[in-house]
Amino acid sequence: MTGLSRRFGRRRALDGVTLTVGPGDCLAIFGPNGAGKSTLIRILAGLLEPSGGSARIAGLELPGGPAVRGMVGLVAHHSMLYPALTARENLVFVAQLFGVRNPRASAAAALERVGVLDRADTPVRSLSRGLQQRVAIARAAVHAPRLLLLDEPFTGLDPDGCAGLTEILAERRRAGGASIVVTHQLADALALATHVAVLYDGRVVRYEPRGTVDPDRYADGYRELVAAGG
Amino acid sequence: MAGTSTWAAALVIARKDVAVEVRTRAAFLSATVFALLAAAIFYYAWDPTAVSSLDLAPGVLWVIFTFSGLLGLNRSFGAELSERAIDGLLTAPIAREAIFLGKALANLAFLIGVQLIAIPAVILLYNVPVGRALWGIAAVGLLAAIGLVAVGTLFSAMVVNTRFAELLLPMVALPFFVPVIMAAAQATTTLVAGRPIAEAGGWIRLLGAFDLVFAAACTVAYPFTIER
Amino acid sequence: MPADEARSERAGSRKRGGPFDWVFVVAVAAVVATIVRAVYFTPVEARQGAAQKIFYLHAPSAFVALYVAFGLMALASALYLWLRDPRLDQLASSSAEVGLAFTTVVLVTGPIWGKTVWGAWWTWDARLTLTLFLWLIILGYLVLRGAVEDRQLRARYSAVLALLAALLIPFIHLSVYLFRTLHPQPIVLKPSAPSLPPEMLTTFLMALASILLLYVALLRARYALARAYASADAADDEAYA
Repeated sequence: MTGLSRRFGRRRALDGVTLTVGPGDCLAIFGPNGAGKSTLIRILAGLLEPSGGSARIAGLELPGGPAVRGMVGLVAHHSMLYPALTARENLVFVAQLFGVRNPRASAAAALERVGVLDRADTPVRSLSRGLQQRVAIARAAVHAPRLLLLDEPFTGLDPDGCAGLTEILAERRRAGGASIVVTHQLADALALATHVAVLYDGRVVRYEPRGTVDPDRYADGYRELVAAGG
Repeated sequence: MAGTSTWAAALVIARKDVAVEVRTRAAFLSATVFALLAAAIFYYAWDPTAVSSLDLAPGVLWVIFTFSGLLGLNRSFGAELSERAIDGLLTAPIAREAIFLGKALANLAFLIGVQLIAIPAVILLYNVPVGRALWGIAAVGLLAAIGLVAVGTLFSAMVVNTRFAELLLPMVALPFFVPVIMAAAQATTTLVAGRPIAEAGGWIRLLGAFDLVFAAACTVAYPFTIER
Repeated sequence: MPADEARSERAGSRKRGGPFDWVFVVAVAAVVATIVRAVYFTPVEARQGAAQKIFYLHAPSAFVALYVAFGLMALASALYLWLRDPRLDQLASSSAEVGLAFTTVVLVTGPIWGKTVWGAWWTWDARLTLTLFLWLIILGYLVLRGAVEDRQLRARYSAVLALLAALLIPFIHLSVYLFRTLHPQPIVLKPSAPSLPPEMLTTFLMALASILLLYVALLRARYALARAYASADAADDEAYA
């Protein structure tokens, strides 16, 4: 993405964001509330049109047609699940929409990876918040997208769930899939990222490979950065 | 990842909607109970010595059908909003039109379901001697349902993003229902009176034309109503 | 809504004299002149009596509302979906609002005339029914606009509704027509469209011209207001950015 910006009426949510994520990369973007993290994710998911700049996935301009959308998986604020349907029904539905060759098998495999297979036939509404979040993660990954977007994926996850998510992201790294995690939980995200960036007030104020930062010092630096107003 | 063809995706979405409705039954129950109650209330709202129940029946049928249909249409896109499942549909590699067609097919199934209860109920409660006219009435019902669903689904998609969704839907949708209800009620009257269906030919052609024009127009219009 | 007031105040101060300009003054003068001529200097129609004079207000209003105002609304809406220029949305909604005012005039004057001449406030005649439903649709259009916060979305929604309404009108017309032909009603005392005597014709043409001018003046005023709101919004955006 280059020079990406988005305004909501009078508010400028994103202001010239330029970032690149390569295959096998996992970019963690930190930022306080209202920094524009979710706006960025929604643009990359094709749900919002940028007001300026452009975003490309595998060379295809966003928001694009079905071809681009098929390459992206999204874990959003809301689970995007149907509470009345079971976890399995939800995943089979998504797999069918994404044209996955064997929807039932892929759905079961995705649920197994997040450890919800034993509750697969429970309606989503009777699952706990944390389990729903796991199903939402499985939902985003069921079609093995080239780019996985995760907006605050740790919400409601227990240590087990976090470990499962780390596992999924590691697996994607090995398989050459790109991921973007947006969060304000530094420790969890630092554990799984290959690159880290800080978004503040719609601008990228820090960007570096994960290898060059020391996790303990990074957290202090981040707090100072935010306190100083970017 | 070629994505799914528009009609296949529409069927997947429609099947999902029907599954949700079968699981919750909320809208269908309220719509059918409403239809039965309204049929009873209408009966007592008229003087049976002045107006025969037979003359009343077609009008009653189509009025209650319109309003119970609105109950289901309101839920159509409303149900997508609670967990922002609509975002899930919008990020899927399918044509926007597939979302509309899927939703419309599910609504059509819903309306046909309501009709399957409402039409026999009115026939029984109002002692309508249908006989061979039943098939004609069913055909008119289907034609009318298609028109109502085309317009209603589009407006349902629009009003969910507004401040007073449920209140707004009847206001914008009902004027569009007028020709459909008029044609369906008049055709039903002709059929119930035992007159040949050809006498209602004008009305049936009107219904068919309405279905074609608005099914096409609303499918084309739907992508314009998506927030971005 | 204090915010709106403040905005319109700011918008007003930018353009001295507000949205009502000389066109509006001329239009009002023309309408007053027409009314004076219609009331005092045009002969009373023999069969309908004084009530016929409502016709000079009613018919031109109907013409302006049904053909000019809503025609422009549908046209601007179609162009909006194509060109995405917010000014077209403002034009369409301005025309709808002004058209609603004229339709209201038609719906109020019609029954007054109908009661004295036909002996009934209302008949479900094709034209009357169509006007009533158009009035309701435009009302729905304006309520819908008020219920959508996002400007772009509001513009698209209203354009879609306006275009569907344009498609709907032939269907309402056709259904009312079919309804009437299948249910023949006693022919009401209808003036069998005699050719108007020259004096009445002059008054009528004058009425048509002045009402059309009034429409143009009101549309300009409403459109200027819509533009002022939009630029005030844009100024707010700048202030926040």
